[in-house]
Order: sequence, then structure tokens, then C-alpha cells
Amino acid sequence: MIEPMDLKAKLGMDVFKSGGAAHIKIRTGKGKDPRLQKMAMICPAGLYSVDEQGETSLTIDGCLECGTCRLVCGTDVLEWAYPEGGAGVQFRFG
Amino acid sequence: MEKFDVIIVGAGLAGLGAAYTLAGQDLEVLVLERGDYPGAKNVTGGRIYVNPVRDLFPDLWPEAPLERFIVHEGVVLMAKERSVAIDYAGNELRQEPHQSYSILRARFDRWFAEQVEAKGAMILPKIRVENVIKENGKIVGVLAGGDELHADVVIACDGVLSMLGEQAGLHPSETPHNYALGIKEVIALDAEKINDRFQLQGNEGAARLFIGEVTKGLFGGGFIYTNKESVSLGLVIGIEDMMDKGGSLEAPALMEAFKARPEIACLIRGGATVEYAAHLIPEGGFKALHPLHGDGILVAGDAAGFALNMGFTVRGMEYALASGYYAAKTVLKAREAGSFDADALSEYGRLLQESFVLKDFQNFQATPSFINNPRFFSHYNELNGNMLRDIYSVPAGPKDRLYPTIRKYLGLGEMWTMFKDFREVTKI
Repeated sequence: MIEPMDLKAKLGMDVFKSGGAAHIKIRTGKGKDPRLQKMAMICPAGLYSVDEQGETSLTIDGCLECGTCRLVCGTDVLEWAYPEGGAGVQFRFG
Repeated sequence: MEKFDVIIVGAGLAGLGAAYTLAGQDLEVLVLERGDYPGAKNVTGGRIYVNPVRDLFPDLWPEAPLERFIVHEGVVLMAKERSVAIDYAGNELRQEPHQSYSILRARFDRWFAEQVEAKGAMILPKIRVENVIKENGKIVGVLAGGDELHADVVIACDGVLSMLGEQAGLHPSETPHNYALGIKEVIALDAEKINDRFQLQGNEGAARLFIGEVTKGLFGGGFIYTNKESVSLGLVIGIEDMMDKGGSLEAPALMEAFKARPEIACLIRGGATVEYAAHLIPEGGFKALHPLHGDGILVAGDAAGFALNMGFTVRGMEYALASGYYAAKTVLKAREAGSFDADALSEYGRLLQESFVLKDFQNFQATPSFINNPRFFSHYNELNGNMLRDIYSVPAGPKDRLYPTIRKYLGLGEMWTMFKDFREVTKI
């Protein structure tokens, strides 16, 4: 058997470069949108989490820039851009 | 204000394919790439078909850093507790020129970009394009890093979200319907282990697709491709299905469950994950293609929706390369005519229509609806597995006759449903 691998450990294998402000933000007042709650299940980097009050928060570190949340939530819920040039995940294999 | 002849947004296969074709033609060509280097943001599942694009880039292939040529094509129907596998191998796959190769894009694209630069195009990495610049309805350049960069024509090769096409007004914001999420691990393994585990010799490679329980019945599947000294292992999940029927399933957990399956665990044992990636995949086929051009703008690659799930294989990279090539040819023709308006650039659609690109999309336009059948992702896999379980099982007492064993699973109702499902194949 192969040992299950923690998502944090997987993301730890990737190269990320810092720069700029958070490129994805939940728009004010939209934290309880049901589409955001879906992202807690779908985000491949596990960056969305829902608290007991049903409010979703987003941690941007570890974002793989796949764009799934832009499709799922739409730009009325998320302020969505790619990171600044040269910032964010930098794939070495791809 | 800087002015170029052509600005290409995105150094993926479409953008680099276009730049390579335009370079050395006495044009000022600028490629803008938001990654640290070309390839830094680019992800594939793992396999490129060379035949359709061999002659479009004749000098490129002999030295290209491809991984392994594929000689084993596998499909595994995954049920909850068993699986049924098909493996096709043939001498024709071992003969040169090889039809397909596994590929790692960060390596390939970085190398490709060097060839593009050597031919005379300029590539600027670390530059994010923020918007298009529009004048009287015509795209005249892009806004990048706060600078206005003008050009006669912009080729949008900015990837699957196609934000440039959206900003140019070519199409609305995309919705989950036509897209799947791909997640992938590159797992380092010795070449010798790869060869032993996948029945390969030298630089031969294997491709294997998995359907069924890997996505817990949701649209999608799993894949593994052998690279030189690693395997690319991943899952593809339909986003709309995940939203509507995913319940408490978490995408990262599905990936771990896939890795834990005995069919996979023995292939990757002792391997170390060296990268974790995710990427969107267009799944809508012909009907979901974006408009391919506007006034002063052409759209190529994933940005146009050029990825095609054919069921037995999934293709995208050769369409990206070819669409980049034909976008470049369109630009050269438009320059001769002295106009880059929508009418002049409509030549692009005609060129694609005459090429394998749009012919493939038209011929396979029924595949998305054929594939999007929940029975392919659970029922048929369980049925096949159960039937083979009973056929192969030898009990302590006498074994049942074969016909009633099969008939138990293939009753009239089942056969009728199966007939209806597979009748759809006649449209493909």
C-alpha cells in the first residue's frame, strides 16, 4: 500500500512565487453564496472552507490557478484575476 | 506607446505555434506570457499526437523533448470492488514515425519557446495581460502590466478561461457546463521500474484511461501516462456533475482514493510525488467552440475551446498547435491584403475548416452527448465486473452453466437499454 498523502504535502512539492495582492477575493456580502460552499468540495487545492455560520472563506496560498472557482461561482461572487506576471504557481513538469 | 505587428497572448502550444510560424517573416512579433518562463502555467494530462501536426512544424520534431512513444493503449472499466481492463498493443505503434508521445509541458514549452526566439520572435515572460484595447469596436492592442501595447492584430492564446475573448466581446463568461476539472500528480519513478510495471522496453510508453468508480459515477475518468522517469497520474471530473451530484465528495480525496486502488497502487509503489497540478479542460466539443475571430483578433488553442474528448482518447495539444499555425497563416495573408478587419480574419475559420481541426470537431460533435451518459460511469462498469466475476468463479460444488450466468445480467430490458445507448455511436 502507498501511504495517503496530505494535500498540504502535495502543494508543498509545487513552486510558488509571491507577488501582488490576493488575485481571487470573495466579494463583500457574498460569503454565504451556495456556489462558494460547492467550492469547499471541488477546489483541488482545498482553499475554500465553510464555517459553522455557513460563511465561506478563501486562503489564496497554494492556488493552482485552474479557474474552476471562476466557472462555479461566477464573477458576481468572486473578484477573479490571474496573479500578477511572474507570481503564483510555476510548474516544473506540467 | 509601443506598436508591434502581432501580439500573441500566452506562450502555450497555440501561442508558440503561431509565433514560430510568424517568426522570420519580417514581422515584429511579441509573445506575452504571465508565467515565470514559457510553460510555467501550462498543464496537460500527458500525451500529444504528432501525425496531424508533423508537416506544419517539420523542423521541430526531431529534437523535441518528448517523453516516451506510446505503444500500449489501455482502458480500464473500474467497478467498486473489481475492474476489467483492455490493453491494445501493436507493432504499428512501435514503428517510426511514432504517432503519439507522452509529454511534460513545462519542459516542452520552455524548449519550444527557445526555438521561437531563435527564429526571431520576442517572448516576454512575467507579463500578465489585463485587458484588450478597443477602438471603434476593433481590437488594437492589449493592456499589460499597466502599459498599452498596440498591434495590427492580437492572437488570443490565453488558455481555457479565455478572458481576452470575453473582454473583446466575442463570447460571454463561461459556465461550468462545458468544462471538466483535471487534477494530476507527476510521480517520479525509475525508468526500469516503469518498464517492468508497464511491460515496456527502452523508450516505449503506455497510456491507460480509467472510467467508472474512480469518479464515483460522476462524469470523468482517470489516466496514467508513462514519462521517461515519472508517471503522470490524474483524474478528470465534470464540474457540473460535481456541483449537482457530488454531495460530500471532495476532489482531492477522489484523487487519493484513485491512488489507493490496487490497479494503481502497484504501479506507483515507491514513487514520489514531485508535482501537483490542476487545470480546466473544455469538454463541449464542436457546439461549445468560441467565435474564432473578431475585428483585429484571432483566438486559438484552449481559448477557442479546441479540446476534444473522443472517449477512447482525449486530444487538445495538436489542435492548439494547428490553430496557432493557421492563425499565423491568416495574419500573413491579411498583411498582404493590408487589412486585419473581421472580414479579412475570417480566413482563419476557412483554413481550420479545410484542416483536420474543424473536420475532427465536426465528425466527433456527437461525442460529448454520447459520453455524458451516467451509465458509462457506474452501471456498465459494475455490470461487466459482476459478469466476469461469475464467469470466472469456480465454487466448491458444480459450476453454473455459462448461458444462464450471462443471461442473468443481460436480460431483455438491459439489452434494450444497451442497444439504445450504443446506437448513439452511429452518429459519431
